Amino acid sequence: MTKPVSIGVLALQGDCAAHAKAFGALGCDVREIRRPAEIAESDGLVIPGGETTTLIKLLRAEGFWDVLIRAPGTGRPIFGTCAGLILLAKKVVDPVQESLGLLPVVVRRNAYGRQVDSFVVPGQVRMPGGGELKETEFVFIRAPRIDAVGPSVEVLARHEDAPVLVRSGWVLGASFHPELTTDGIVAGLFVALVEEAREVRPGGNGGNR
Amino acid sequence: MEIGSLRVKTGLAEMLKGGVVMDVTNAEQAKIAADAGAVSVMALERVPADIRRDGGVARMADPTKIKGIMKAVSIPVMAKARIGHFAEAQILEALGVDFVDESEVLTPADEHYHIDKFAFKVPFVCGCRNLGEALRRIGEGAAMIRTKGEAGSGDIVEAVRHMRAVVGGIRELTQLRPEQMMAKAKELGAPYELVRWVAENGKLPVPNFSAGGIATPADASLMMQLGAESVFVGSGIFKSTDPPKRAEAIVKAVTYYQDADKLAVLSAGLGDAMRGLEVSKLKEEELLQTRGW
Repeated sequence: MTKPVSIGVLALQGDCAAHAKAFGALGCDVREIRRPAEIAESDGLVIPGGETTTLIKLLRAEGFWDVLIRAPGTGRPIFGTCAGLILLAKKVVDPVQESLGLLPVVVRRNAYGRQVDSFVVPGQVRMPGGGELKETEFVFIRAPRIDAVGPSVEVLARHEDAPVLVRSGWVLGASFHPELTTDGIVAGLFVALVEEAREVRPGGNGGNR
Repeated sequence: MEIGSLRVKTGLAEMLKGGVVMDVTNAEQAKIAADAGAVSVMALERVPADIRRDGGVARMADPTKIKGIMKAVSIPVMAKARIGHFAEAQILEALGVDFVDESEVLTPADEHYHIDKFAFKVPFVCGCRNLGEALRRIGEGAAMIRTKGEAGSGDIVEAVRHMRAVVGGIRELTQLRPEQMMAKAKELGAPYELVRWVAENGKLPVPNFSAGGIATPADASLMMQLGAESVFVGSGIFKSTDPPKRAEAIVKAVTYYQDADKLAVLSAGLGDAMRGLEVSKLKEEELLQTRGW
Protein backbone atom coordinates (compact mmCIF):
# COMPACT_ATOMS: atom_id res chain seq x y z
CA MET A 1 0.00 0.00 0.00
CA THR A 2 1.22 3.50 -0.79
CA LYS A 3 2.17 5.62 2.17
CA PRO A 4 -0.15 8.68 2.54
CA VAL A 5 1.51 11.90 1.44
CA SER A 6 2.78 14.14 4.18
CA ILE A 7 1.71 17.77 3.97
CA GLY A 8 3.67 20.34 5.93
CA VAL A 9 1.59 23.39 6.80
CA LEU A 10 3.62 26.48 7.60
CA ALA A 11 2.44 27.33 11.13
CA LEU A 12 4.08 30.69 11.75
CA GLN A 13 0.82 32.67 11.57
CA GLY A 14 -2.54 32.37 9.81
CA ASP A 15 -5.23 29.81 9.11
CA CYS A 16 -3.01 26.73 9.30
CA ALA A 17 -5.67 24.96 11.41
CA ALA A 18 -8.17 25.18 8.52
CA HIS A 19 -5.59 23.74 6.09
CA ALA A 20 -4.63 20.99 8.53
CA LYS A 21 -8.29 20.00 8.79
CA ALA A 22 -8.79 20.03 5.02
CA PHE A 23 -5.75 17.84 4.28
CA GLY A 24 -6.41 15.63 7.29
CA ALA A 25 -9.88 14.91 5.89
CA LEU A 26 -8.22 13.56 2.72
CA GLY A 27 -6.12 11.13 4.75
CA CYS A 28 -2.86 13.07 4.52
CA ASP A 29 -0.23 12.97 7.22
CA VAL A 30 -0.33 16.67 8.27
CA ARG A 31 2.55 18.33 10.09
CA GLU A 32 2.85 21.87 11.40
CA ILE A 33 6.09 23.50 10.31
CA ARG A 34 7.79 26.06 12.55
CA ARG A 35 11.45 25.41 11.61
CA PRO A 36 13.15 25.32 8.19
CA ALA A 37 14.66 21.88 8.88
CA GLU A 38 11.15 20.39 9.12
CA ILE A 39 10.49 21.11 5.43
CA ALA A 40 12.58 18.14 4.30
CA GLU A 41 10.25 15.80 6.25
CA SER A 42 7.20 16.68 4.12
CA ASP A 43 6.22 15.69 0.58
CA GLY A 44 4.40 18.96 -0.03
CA LEU A 45 4.11 22.35 1.64
CA VAL A 46 1.28 24.76 2.29
CA ILE A 47 1.63 28.48 2.96
CA PRO A 48 -1.72 29.43 4.53
CA GLY A 49 -3.74 32.64 4.54
CA GLY A 50 -2.66 35.23 7.07
CA GLU A 51 -0.88 38.55 7.00
CA THR A 52 2.05 38.75 4.59
CA THR A 53 3.84 41.49 6.52
CA THR A 54 3.87 39.25 9.60
CA LEU A 55 4.82 36.15 7.61
CA ILE A 56 7.71 37.86 5.77
CA LYS A 57 9.10 39.06 9.07
CA LEU A 58 8.99 35.55 10.59
CA LEU A 59 10.21 33.76 7.44
CA ARG A 60 13.23 36.07 7.28
CA ALA A 61 14.01 35.91 11.00
CA GLU A 62 13.81 32.12 11.14
CA GLY A 63 15.85 31.38 7.98
CA PHE A 64 12.96 29.99 5.92
CA TRP A 65 13.42 32.19 2.86
CA ASP A 66 16.06 30.29 0.84
CA VAL A 67 14.84 26.88 1.99
CA LEU A 68 11.37 27.62 0.63
CA ILE A 69 12.76 28.93 -2.67
CA ARG A 70 14.63 25.64 -3.15
CA ALA A 71 11.72 23.38 -2.14
CA PRO A 72 9.93 22.95 -5.52
CA GLY A 73 13.28 22.16 -7.17
CA THR A 74 13.73 19.26 -4.73
CA GLY A 75 10.38 17.80 -5.79
CA ARG A 76 8.31 19.30 -2.98
CA PRO A 77 5.30 21.16 -4.37
CA ILE A 78 4.14 24.33 -2.62
CA PHE A 79 0.55 25.56 -2.38
CA GLY A 80 -0.20 29.11 -1.24
CA THR A 81 -3.63 30.57 -0.53
CA CYS A 82 -4.26 34.32 -0.32
CA ALA A 83 -1.26 35.53 1.74
CA GLY A 84 0.51 32.35 0.57
CA LEU A 85 -0.14 33.28 -3.08
CA ILE A 86 1.27 36.77 -2.44
CA LEU A 87 4.43 35.25 -0.96
CA LEU A 88 4.86 32.86 -3.91
CA ALA A 89 4.36 35.56 -6.60
CA LYS A 90 7.12 36.87 -8.83
CA LYS A 91 5.90 40.43 -8.30
CA VAL A 92 3.68 42.08 -5.68
CA VAL A 93 2.11 45.54 -6.01
CA ASP A 94 -0.01 47.83 -3.79
CA PRO A 95 2.20 48.06 -1.89
CA VAL A 96 5.32 46.66 -3.54
CA GLN A 97 6.86 44.07 -1.22
CA GLU A 98 9.38 41.26 -1.38
CA SER A 99 8.25 37.75 -2.29
CA LEU A 100 9.70 34.30 -2.96
CA GLY A 101 9.27 34.63 -6.74
CA LEU A 102 8.33 30.98 -7.33
CA LEU A 103 5.13 31.62 -9.30
CA PRO A 104 5.35 33.81 -12.45
CA VAL A 105 2.36 36.03 -11.65
CA VAL A 106 1.79 39.65 -10.70
CA VAL A 107 -0.38 39.98 -7.60
CA ARG A 108 -2.16 43.10 -6.36
CA ARG A 109 -2.79 43.06 -2.60
CA ASN A 110 -6.28 43.67 -1.17
CA ALA A 111 -7.50 44.38 -4.72
CA TYR A 112 -10.97 43.00 -3.96
CA GLY A 113 -11.38 45.54 -1.15
CA ARG A 114 -11.45 45.53 2.62
CA GLN A 115 -13.26 43.05 4.89
CA VAL A 116 -16.71 44.62 4.30
CA ASP A 117 -16.23 43.69 0.60
CA SER A 118 -15.22 40.06 1.30
CA PHE A 119 -17.51 37.53 -0.39
CA VAL A 120 -18.26 33.93 -1.39
CA VAL A 121 -19.33 32.94 -4.95
CA PRO A 122 -19.88 29.61 -6.70
CA GLY A 123 -17.07 28.74 -9.12
CA GLN A 124 -15.49 26.04 -11.23
CA VAL A 125 -12.01 24.54 -11.05
CA ARG A 126 -10.28 22.75 -13.96
CA MET A 127 -8.07 19.83 -12.96
CA PRO A 128 -4.46 20.31 -14.23
CA GLY A 129 -3.57 19.28 -17.78
CA GLY A 130 -6.98 20.23 -19.17
CA GLY A 131 -8.80 17.76 -16.92
CA GLU A 132 -12.29 17.62 -15.52
CA LEU A 133 -14.21 20.75 -14.50
CA LYS A 134 -15.49 20.65 -10.89
CA GLU A 135 -17.99 22.85 -9.08
CA THR A 136 -16.85 24.53 -5.88
CA GLU A 137 -17.05 27.83 -4.01
CA PHE A 138 -14.57 30.69 -3.91
CA VAL A 139 -14.22 32.35 -0.49
CA PHE A 140 -12.50 35.72 -0.90
CA ILE A 141 -11.29 37.44 2.31
CA ARG A 142 -9.57 40.81 1.71
CA ALA A 143 -8.28 38.98 -1.31
CA PRO A 144 -5.35 39.77 -3.62
CA ARG A 145 -5.96 39.78 -7.40
CA ILE A 146 -3.78 38.10 -9.99
CA ASP A 147 -3.18 40.90 -12.51
CA ALA A 148 -0.94 39.05 -14.98
CA VAL A 149 0.42 35.52 -15.54
CA GLY A 150 3.60 34.32 -17.29
CA PRO A 151 3.57 31.89 -20.28
CA SER A 152 4.32 28.81 -18.13
CA VAL A 153 1.25 29.40 -15.97
CA GLU A 154 -1.81 27.17 -16.28
CA VAL A 155 -4.97 29.00 -15.18
CA LEU A 156 -7.22 26.46 -13.39
CA ALA A 157 -9.99 28.82 -12.29
CA ARG A 158 -11.22 32.35 -12.93
CA HIS A 159 -13.60 34.74 -11.25
CA GLU A 160 -14.92 37.33 -13.71
CA ASP A 161 -11.81 38.30 -15.71
CA ALA A 162 -9.12 37.43 -13.20
CA PRO A 163 -7.35 34.09 -12.69
CA VAL A 164 -7.95 32.86 -9.12
CA LEU A 165 -6.23 29.44 -9.14
CA VAL A 166 -2.96 29.03 -11.05
CA ARG A 167 -0.27 26.43 -11.42
CA SER A 168 3.26 26.55 -12.75
CA GLY A 169 5.32 23.37 -12.37
CA TRP A 170 5.19 22.27 -8.73
CA VAL A 171 3.76 25.55 -7.49
CA LEU A 172 0.03 26.16 -6.97
CA GLY A 173 -1.53 29.44 -5.87
CA ALA A 174 -5.10 30.57 -5.06
CA SER A 175 -6.31 34.10 -4.39
CA PHE A 176 -9.31 32.60 -2.54
CA HIS A 177 -9.50 30.23 0.45
CA PRO A 178 -10.39 26.66 -0.58
CA GLU A 179 -9.56 25.61 3.00
CA LEU A 180 -12.69 27.45 4.17
CA THR A 181 -15.01 25.25 2.08
CA THR A 182 -15.61 21.62 2.92
CA ASP A 183 -15.59 20.00 -0.55
CA GLY A 184 -11.82 19.31 -0.56
CA ILE A 185 -11.60 19.82 -4.33
CA VAL A 186 -8.58 22.12 -4.45
CA ALA A 187 -6.85 20.29 -1.59
CA GLY A 188 -7.37 17.05 -3.57
CA LEU A 189 -5.89 18.68 -6.65
CA PHE A 190 -2.79 19.63 -4.65
CA VAL A 191 -2.47 16.15 -3.14
CA ALA A 192 -2.48 14.71 -6.69
CA LEU A 193 0.38 17.07 -7.59
CA VAL A 194 2.30 16.05 -4.48
CA GLU A 195 1.83 12.35 -5.32
CA GLU A 196 3.06 12.97 -8.86
CA ALA A 197 6.10 14.88 -7.57
CA ARG A 198 6.90 12.15 -5.08
CA GLU A 199 6.94 9.56 -7.87
CA VAL A 200 9.66 11.43 -9.72
CA ARG A 201 11.57 12.77 -6.72
CA PRO A 202 14.89 10.94 -6.12
CA GLY A 203 14.25 8.66 -3.13
CA GLY A 204 10.80 10.18 -2.90
CA ASN A 205 8.48 7.22 -2.83
CA GLY A 206 9.39 5.25 0.27
CA GLY A 207 5.97 3.64 0.54
CA ASN A 208 5.62 0.99 -2.14
CA ARG A 209 9.14 0.10 -3.21
CA MET B 1 -23.12 36.50 -3.95
CA GLU B 2 -22.63 35.91 -0.22
CA ILE B 3 -21.45 39.04 1.67
CA GLY B 4 -21.27 39.66 5.42
CA SER B 5 -22.24 36.06 6.31
CA LEU B 6 -20.83 34.47 9.44
CA ARG B 7 -18.50 32.39 7.22
CA VAL B 8 -17.09 35.51 5.58
CA LYS B 9 -16.76 37.21 8.97
CA THR B 10 -15.08 34.33 10.81
CA GLY B 11 -12.90 33.86 7.70
CA LEU B 12 -10.97 37.00 8.58
CA ALA B 13 -10.73 35.90 12.22
CA GLU B 14 -9.17 32.61 10.98
CA MET B 15 -6.52 34.61 9.10
CA LEU B 16 -5.59 36.49 12.27
CA LYS B 17 -4.84 33.31 14.23
CA GLY B 18 -1.37 32.94 15.68
CA GLY B 19 -0.90 36.68 15.56
CA VAL B 20 -0.91 39.82 17.67
CA VAL B 21 -3.47 42.64 17.44
CA MET B 22 -1.96 45.85 18.80
CA ASP B 23 -3.68 48.97 20.18
CA VAL B 24 -2.54 52.15 18.43
CA THR B 25 -3.62 55.76 18.80
CA ASN B 26 -2.13 57.28 15.63
CA ALA B 27 -0.68 56.45 12.20
CA GLU B 28 2.89 56.53 13.47
CA GLN B 29 2.19 53.89 16.11
CA ALA B 30 0.28 51.85 13.51
CA LYS B 31 3.39 51.76 11.31
CA ILE B 32 5.57 50.71 14.23
CA ALA B 33 3.09 47.91 15.00
CA ALA B 34 2.90 46.72 11.37
CA ASP B 35 6.69 46.81 10.99
CA ALA B 36 7.00 44.73 14.15
CA GLY B 37 4.73 42.07 12.61
CA ALA B 38 1.28 42.82 14.07
CA VAL B 39 -1.50 40.99 12.17
CA SER B 40 -3.88 43.88 12.81
CA VAL B 41 -4.08 47.16 14.68
CA MET B 42 -6.87 48.45 16.92
CA ALA B 43 -7.48 52.15 16.38
CA LEU B 44 -8.47 54.07 19.49
CA GLU B 45 -8.28 57.53 21.01
CA ARG B 46 -6.37 56.51 24.14
CA VAL B 47 -4.89 53.18 25.22
CA PRO B 48 -6.76 51.55 28.14
CA ALA B 49 -4.11 52.56 30.72
CA ASP B 50 -4.70 56.23 29.82
CA ILE B 51 -8.48 55.83 29.78
CA ARG B 52 -8.18 54.44 33.28
CA ARG B 53 -5.90 57.26 34.41
CA ASP B 54 -7.82 60.14 32.78
CA GLY B 55 -11.36 59.03 33.56
CA GLY B 56 -14.29 60.67 31.76
CA VAL B 57 -16.45 59.10 29.05
CA ALA B 58 -14.46 56.98 26.57
CA ARG B 59 -15.98 56.91 23.06
CA MET B 60 -15.29 55.69 19.53
CA ALA B 61 -12.15 57.30 18.06
CA ASP B 62 -12.33 60.31 15.71
CA PRO B 63 -12.88 59.10 12.11
CA THR B 64 -9.98 61.30 10.95
CA LYS B 65 -7.69 59.32 13.18
CA ILE B 66 -9.13 55.98 12.08
CA LYS B 67 -8.81 56.90 8.39
CA GLY B 68 -5.23 58.03 8.95
CA ILE B 69 -4.40 54.66 10.49
CA MET B 70 -6.17 52.77 7.67
CA LYS B 71 -4.11 54.70 5.15
CA ALA B 72 -0.84 54.14 6.99
CA VAL B 73 -0.89 50.32 7.04
CA SER B 74 -1.86 47.43 4.72
CA ILE B 75 -2.94 45.09 7.54
CA PRO B 76 -6.57 44.93 8.78
CA VAL B 77 -7.67 47.78 11.03
CA MET B 78 -10.07 47.29 13.94
CA ALA B 79 -11.80 50.00 15.95
CA LYS B 80 -13.81 50.07 19.16
CA ALA B 81 -17.46 50.97 19.61
CA ARG B 82 -19.16 51.35 22.99
CA ILE B 83 -21.23 48.40 24.22
CA GLY B 84 -24.72 48.75 22.72
CA HIS B 85 -23.79 51.83 20.66
CA PHE B 86 -24.91 50.59 17.26
CA ALA B 87 -24.67 54.07 15.74
CA GLU B 88 -20.93 54.15 16.45
CA ALA B 89 -20.70 50.68 14.89
CA GLN B 90 -22.60 51.90 11.81
CA ILE B 91 -20.11 54.74 11.43
CA LEU B 92 -17.16 52.37 11.78
CA GLU B 93 -18.67 50.09 9.12
CA ALA B 94 -19.16 53.10 6.82
CA LEU B 95 -15.48 54.00 7.31
CA GLY B 96 -14.59 50.49 6.11
CA VAL B 97 -12.82 49.22 9.23
CA ASP B 98 -12.19 45.46 9.07
CA PHE B 99 -13.41 44.49 12.57
CA VAL B 100 -15.47 46.31 15.22
CA ASP B 101 -14.63 45.63 18.86
CA GLU B 102 -17.75 46.13 20.98
CA SER B 103 -15.60 46.92 23.94
CA GLU B 104 -15.88 47.24 27.71
CA VAL B 105 -12.81 49.50 27.54
CA LEU B 106 -15.10 52.29 26.33
CA THR B 107 -17.94 53.60 28.49
CA PRO B 108 -21.06 51.46 27.85
CA ALA B 109 -23.90 53.15 25.96
CA ASP B 110 -26.54 50.60 26.94
CA GLU B 111 -26.76 48.75 30.25
CA HIS B 112 -29.21 46.16 28.95
CA TYR B 113 -28.50 45.32 25.34
CA HIS B 114 -25.44 44.61 23.26
CA ILE B 115 -25.40 45.39 19.53
CA ASP B 116 -27.29 43.10 17.09
CA LYS B 117 -24.19 42.09 15.20
CA PHE B 118 -26.06 40.11 12.53
CA ALA B 119 -27.32 43.46 11.21
CA PHE B 120 -23.80 44.36 10.02
CA LYS B 121 -21.49 43.33 7.14
CA VAL B 122 -18.45 44.15 9.25
CA PRO B 123 -17.46 41.39 11.70
CA PHE B 124 -17.46 42.01 15.47
CA VAL B 125 -15.19 40.87 18.25
CA CYS B 126 -16.61 40.92 21.80
CA GLY B 127 -15.14 40.38 25.22
CA CYS B 128 -16.16 37.71 27.73
CA ARG B 129 -15.27 36.49 31.20
CA ASN B 130 -16.74 33.02 30.95
CA LEU B 131 -18.40 30.57 28.56
CA GLY B 132 -21.94 31.87 29.06
CA GLU B 133 -20.93 35.41 28.17
CA ALA B 134 -18.99 34.15 25.13
CA LEU B 135 -22.01 32.21 23.84
CA ARG B 136 -24.37 35.14 24.38
CA ARG B 137 -22.13 37.34 22.24
CA ILE B 138 -21.83 34.63 19.56
CA GLY B 139 -25.62 34.28 19.74
CA GLU B 140 -25.82 38.00 18.88
CA GLY B 141 -23.51 37.48 15.88
CA ALA B 142 -19.95 38.02 17.14
CA ALA B 143 -17.40 36.49 14.72
CA MET B 144 -14.59 36.42 17.24
CA ILE B 145 -14.38 36.24 21.02
CA ARG B 146 -11.65 37.62 23.23
CA THR B 147 -11.45 36.95 26.90
CA LYS B 148 -11.58 40.34 28.65
CA GLY B 149 -8.87 40.18 31.26
CA GLU B 150 -8.51 43.62 32.86
CA ALA B 151 -7.61 46.15 30.18
CA GLY B 152 -4.95 48.73 30.97
CA SER B 153 -3.74 46.89 34.06
CA GLY B 154 -0.65 45.12 32.73
CA ASP B 155 -1.61 42.37 35.20
CA ILE B 156 -2.20 39.01 33.53
CA VAL B 157 -4.20 37.50 36.41
CA GLU B 158 -7.67 38.35 35.03
CA ALA B 159 -6.81 37.21 31.49
CA VAL B 160 -5.79 33.87 32.99
CA ARG B 161 -8.95 33.66 35.09
CA HIS B 162 -11.19 34.33 32.09
CA MET B 163 -9.39 31.98 29.69
CA ARG B 164 -9.46 29.19 32.27
CA ALA B 165 -13.17 29.83 32.82
CA VAL B 166 -13.94 29.58 29.08
CA VAL B 167 -11.74 26.56 28.38
CA GLY B 168 -12.86 24.82 31.59
CA GLY B 169 -16.48 25.55 30.72
CA ILE B 170 -16.03 24.00 27.29
CA ARG B 171 -14.40 20.91 28.76
CA GLU B 172 -17.27 20.52 31.20
CA LEU B 173 -19.85 20.71 28.40
CA THR B 174 -18.18 17.87 26.49
CA GLN B 175 -18.79 15.59 29.51
CA LEU B 176 -22.56 16.18 29.68
CA ARG B 177 -25.26 13.79 28.55
CA PRO B 178 -27.88 15.09 26.09
CA GLU B 179 -30.62 15.42 28.74
CA GLN B 180 -28.39 17.76 30.77
CA MET B 181 -27.90 20.30 27.96
CA MET B 182 -31.04 22.38 28.43
CA ALA B 183 -30.49 22.81 32.17
CA LYS B 184 -26.90 23.79 31.42
CA ALA B 185 -28.02 26.30 28.78
CA LYS B 186 -30.33 27.84 31.38
CA GLU B 187 -27.54 27.99 33.96
CA LEU B 188 -25.09 29.58 31.48
CA GLY B 189 -27.72 31.95 30.11
CA ALA B 190 -26.61 30.83 26.67
CA PRO B 191 -28.48 29.73 23.52
CA TYR B 192 -29.29 26.00 23.62
CA GLU B 193 -28.12 25.34 20.05
CA LEU B 194 -24.72 26.86 20.79
CA VAL B 195 -24.40 24.84 23.99
CA ARG B 196 -25.07 21.68 21.95
CA TRP B 197 -22.57 22.74 19.29
CA VAL B 198 -19.80 23.38 21.82
CA ALA B 199 -20.53 20.09 23.62
CA GLU B 200 -20.18 18.18 20.33
CA ASN B 201 -17.14 20.04 18.98
CA GLY B 202 -15.17 20.80 22.15
CA LYS B 203 -14.44 24.38 21.08
CA LEU B 204 -16.15 27.69 20.40
CA PRO B 205 -17.72 28.08 16.93
CA VAL B 206 -15.61 31.23 16.36
CA PRO B 207 -11.92 31.93 17.08
CA ASN B 208 -11.05 32.64 20.71
CA PHE B 209 -8.38 35.25 21.41
CA SER B 210 -7.00 36.67 24.66
CA ALA B 211 -6.85 40.30 25.84
CA GLY B 212 -6.50 42.48 28.91
CA GLY B 213 -3.16 42.47 30.71
CA ILE B 214 -0.58 41.02 28.31
CA ALA B 215 2.69 42.92 28.75
CA THR B 216 5.51 40.46 28.04
CA PRO B 217 6.43 37.60 25.65
CA ALA B 218 5.95 35.23 28.60
CA ASP B 219 2.41 36.56 29.14
CA ALA B 220 1.64 35.89 25.46
CA SER B 221 3.04 32.36 25.72
CA LEU B 222 1.02 31.70 28.88
CA MET B 223 -2.24 32.72 27.21
CA MET B 224 -1.51 30.66 24.08
CA GLN B 225 -0.69 27.61 26.21
CA LEU B 226 -3.96 28.10 28.10
CA GLY B 227 -5.90 27.94 24.82
CA ALA B 228 -5.87 31.39 23.18
CA GLU B 229 -5.58 31.35 19.39
CA SER B 230 -4.08 34.88 19.20
CA VAL B 231 -3.54 37.78 21.56
CA PHE B 232 -4.54 41.44 21.78
CA VAL B 233 -1.97 43.74 23.36
CA GLY B 234 -3.34 47.09 24.42
CA SER B 235 -1.28 49.34 26.66
CA GLY B 236 1.48 46.72 26.96
CA ILE B 237 3.41 47.89 23.92
CA PHE B 238 3.20 51.66 23.74
CA LYS B 239 3.38 52.06 27.55
CA SER B 240 6.72 50.20 27.61
CA THR B 241 10.11 51.86 27.19
CA ASP B 242 10.98 50.22 23.83
CA PRO B 243 7.74 49.61 21.87
CA PRO B 244 9.20 48.29 18.54
CA LYS B 245 11.42 45.75 20.25
CA ARG B 246 8.75 44.57 22.69
CA ALA B 247 6.16 44.37 19.90
CA GLU B 248 8.39 42.19 17.76
CA ALA B 249 9.27 39.94 20.70
CA ILE B 250 5.57 39.39 21.50
CA VAL B 251 4.84 38.57 17.83
CA LYS B 252 7.53 35.88 17.87
CA ALA B 253 6.43 34.65 21.29
CA VAL B 254 2.94 33.90 19.91
CA THR B 255 4.39 31.75 17.10
CA TYR B 256 6.93 29.99 19.33
CA TYR B 257 4.80 29.92 22.47
CA GLN B 258 5.77 26.32 23.23
CA ASP B 259 9.52 26.83 22.79
CA ALA B 260 10.99 27.92 26.14
CA ASP B 261 14.55 28.21 24.75
CA LYS B 262 13.37 30.68 22.15
CA LEU B 263 11.21 32.55 24.66
CA ALA B 264 14.23 32.95 26.93
CA VAL B 265 16.05 34.76 24.12
CA LEU B 266 12.98 36.80 23.11
CA SER B 267 12.34 37.95 26.67
CA ALA B 268 15.82 39.36 27.21
CA GLY B 269 16.80 43.04 27.07
CA LEU B 270 13.41 44.50 26.19
CA GLY B 271 13.67 47.48 28.55
CA ASP B 272 10.95 48.13 31.11
CA ALA B 273 7.47 46.69 30.65
CA MET B 274 4.50 48.93 31.41
CA ARG B 275 4.39 49.64 35.12
CA GLY B 276 0.87 48.34 35.53
CA LEU B 277 -1.69 48.12 38.30
CA GLU B 278 -2.24 45.13 40.51
CA VAL B 279 -5.86 44.18 39.81
CA SER B 280 -6.51 42.87 43.35
CA LYS B 281 -5.81 46.41 44.64
CA LEU B 282 -8.40 47.99 42.33
CA LYS B 283 -11.83 48.90 43.64
CA GLU B 284 -14.84 47.11 42.21
CA GLU B 285 -16.03 50.27 40.42
CA GLU B 286 -12.61 50.69 38.79
CA LEU B 287 -12.86 47.39 36.94
CA LEU B 288 -13.59 47.48 33.20
CA GLN B 289 -14.33 43.74 32.89
CA THR B 290 -17.68 43.99 34.69
CA ARG B 291 -19.10 46.16 31.90
CA GLY B 292 -21.43 44.12 29.65
CA TRP B 293 -23.16 40.97 30.81
